[in-house]
Amino acid sequence: MTTAVIGSARDIVETVAVARLLFVDYPLGNPTGKPYDAADQQLIVAEALDLVERAWSPQTTVVSSAVWDPTDDGWRQRFMEVTDANRAELAAKGAQRKAAQARRREERHSSK
Amino acid sequence: MTTSRRRTEPTHPSYIERSAQFYAASGYEQRYAWASHTTAPFTPLAKPLSECTVGVVTTAYLESDGQPFVADRAAAAQLATDRLSWAKDETTTDDPNSFVPLDALDKAAADGRIGAVSTRIYGVPTVYSHRQTQTRHAPQIVEWLAEDNVDVVLAVPL
Repeated sequence: MTTAVIGSARDIVETVAVARLLFVDYPLGNPTGKPYDAADQQLIVAEALDLVERAWSPQTTVVSSAVWDPTDDGWRQRFMEVTDANRAELAAKGAQRKAAQARRREERHSSK
Repeated sequence: MTTSRRRTEPTHPSYIERSAQFYAASGYEQRYAWASHTTAPFTPLAKPLSECTVGVVTTAYLESDGQPFVADRAAAAQLATDRLSWAKDETTTDDPNSFVPLDALDKAAADGRIGAVSTRIYGVPTVYSHRQTQTRHAPQIVEWLAEDNVDVVLAVPL
């Protein structure tokens, strides 16, 4: 089978190493086009099909010509952002999650 | 005359780095070991694209049971993404075509660019264990793709 990945997390896919990657530089969630934008989705699929046809060696990455928002690049910074404003909140949430996990482990243990 | 701007940093986000910093700030000191390979298998097209059946593999899910699935393509409308990590503050996944592009593939088939679109969609769960993906989930997906005579696989992680 001939394969291609269409993805937005370029570093993760290239670290895995795949035959072909169409890199769509969008916020994670819409690798095959903006929601309800048929023209955008057709463009990205057409680029992926071109890649399937033309690549002749593995680990070929092609950068899609699709642009998320020509006026705002901020989404790159905002995703999973750690700042002085949310550092304490992240630590507290993480501690809560760890405590819940420990409780579940305890319950599984005692129910055996 | 055009001027060129010298770039010393990648312009795209490093998700490996961003997620490591995020989880470190959340108290998880040990970095996740992402699957890492130095080579990749490569299968050239065996026949013209216009004669190929194309299938889509997604990381979206129907049941959050951590198991691979195969479903009629109509099930794309029911795909869920809540438990996956994506840019929920920036966009939505309300349009399944934004991650399983069946409409665009139908158009490619109607235009004669591809032969056909598979009648089924295939789901691979995102799990912590590489071994589970490699030895159990991926072979199952390949089996389903072969049953449907899929020639070209578009694998689309959210």
